[in-house]
Amino acid sequence: MTGSTSGRWGLRVLGLGYIALLLVAPLVLLFYKTFEEGLAPPFEAITSADGLHALKLTLLTVAIAVPLNTVFGVLCSLLLVRHKWRGNWLVDAALNLPFAISPVVIGLSLFLLYGKQGWFEPGLAEAGIKVLFSTPGIVLACIFVSVPFVVRETVPVLQEIGTEQEQAAETLGAGPWQTFWRVTLPAIRWGVAYGVVLCTARVLGEFGAVSVVSGNISGETQTLPLFVEKNYENFNLPGAFGAAVLLALLALAVLMAMNLLKRKEAA
Amino acid sequence: MEAHAAHSPAAPRSRSLRLPGVGVGLGRGVVVLWLSVIVLLPLAALLDKSLSEGLGHFWDQVSSPQAKRALELVLVSSLIVVAINAVFGTIVAWLLVRDNFPGKSIVNAIIDLPFALPTIVASLILIQLWGKHSPLGIDIALTRAAIVVALCFVTLPFVVRAVQPLLIELDRDMEEAAASLGAGGLTTFRRIIFPNLLPGLAAGVALAFARALGEYGSVLLFAGGKPDTQVASIFIGQQIETGNEVGAAAVSIVLLAMALACLFVITLIQRWGSRHERGSSK
Repeated sequence: MTGSTSGRWGLRVLGLGYIALLLVAPLVLLFYKTFEEGLAPPFEAITSADGLHALKLTLLTVAIAVPLNTVFGVLCSLLLVRHKWRGNWLVDAALNLPFAISPVVIGLSLFLLYGKQGWFEPGLAEAGIKVLFSTPGIVLACIFVSVPFVVRETVPVLQEIGTEQEQAAETLGAGPWQTFWRVTLPAIRWGVAYGVVLCTARVLGEFGAVSVVSGNISGETQTLPLFVEKNYENFNLPGAFGAAVLLALLALAVLMAMNLLKRKEAA
Repeated sequence: MEAHAAHSPAAPRSRSLRLPGVGVGLGRGVVVLWLSVIVLLPLAALLDKSLSEGLGHFWDQVSSPQAKRALELVLVSSLIVVAINAVFGTIVAWLLVRDNFPGKSIVNAIIDLPFALPTIVASLILIQLWGKHSPLGIDIALTRAAIVVALCFVTLPFVVRAVQPLLIELDRDMEEAAASLGAGGLTTFRRIIFPNLLPGLAAGVALAFARALGEYGSVLLFAGGKPDTQVASIFIGQQIETGNEVGAAAVSIVLLAMALACLFVITLIQRWGSRHERGSSK
């Protein structure tokens, strides 16, 4: 395989051509089309009342869903790796579900649980809490789709660092909290951070699950990805493209963070 | 729940706690409760709804011509897509590990773009190159080919990232030995490289397949929801909109079962892979 130069060039053309046609060229074209008529049209669309509201709602969702799933993820990883339990395989199986299930199906399951005739409907109605077609439903959908990320990135790191340092800390008289903050967390931080980045990207961009539970009402229950879809379907292209470029820039920031963290983890 | 979650990192560090079991127990309780409320309870409601009008009705919904067509379409498309990405994903992984070319680290980073980019934006960017105003003059938007392209986009990193670490670890001595014994490039690949990549490739393909089965956002604008380009997830979305919740739930359960079967296969492959590894390291 190493010998033939023509073979090597053939593989380069195939592999890089595939990436160019599938990933790079479409992304570049999006930026080109968005700014074809200057910065103003997309900028005005994003800074419209509905655009700003969508941005705020998306950021709010990230601010709630990501910290919750991070704390859960670290706790869950510690339990899975450090404490043998008969139920661990069940926890592990449940964690696989969000990756295996279609986002629309996740949305539908929440829709059925919290919607009219749903199991929780009587109690929620009495308490005056609206989950569906409002912020709580959107947040729940985002938490559901992003539950496994931090666990999946933290577990291998925890397995790799072993328990020697933790045991040493405990022998030297450190309490469990102290051991966690001073020894365990610093050792796993890049793994956790990588999981947090993936989790954030997913919450920022979640579309299918949110579109089912939110109702997609402009200026009320519309996140940025929903804003892109609605504007595209209403032929308001500057709006769709402007928000899409904003999300794409966030995705590129996520990619850079992923790369940086991978290097830190390797170092 | 939030209050519990905030306290709990302390709980698992209880190997030497004075009250053994209490901290771990609390932590476990929080984890199980969180997963139940967030994940399991909604899915239980879904299963309940799908069967709420009896098994006969469930079967009718799942075997209606439109439902069957949507399920078949996504199955066939996903099979085509994982076949394409198995080939191109392996080529890309090989380039990233064994080749050297300018911009390699950028290519390596951009592979994860489909993980980072929102699916609805994926739909929009693919339309730019492969839609009505394509600079290439190729318009496949709103056709079945668009389904394949969209699914190729979202599943590429699964295959590349599964094959890449195996290629890095692959012992080059074996390849050199094969070459010195007169094996050509293709023979070396077939006999030495490919068998060693197989566990990773199989796991990556299974993950990609599971993802393709449920994909929604990237297909929505690009392939559309016409009857003949309607994959299962889009069909479910339309059933929800028209108020057929039982039908949507029933098709969801079938789709879910297919994805779970896929995950089960991944677990088997991983066990097989780790046994393979242990066997060969002796």
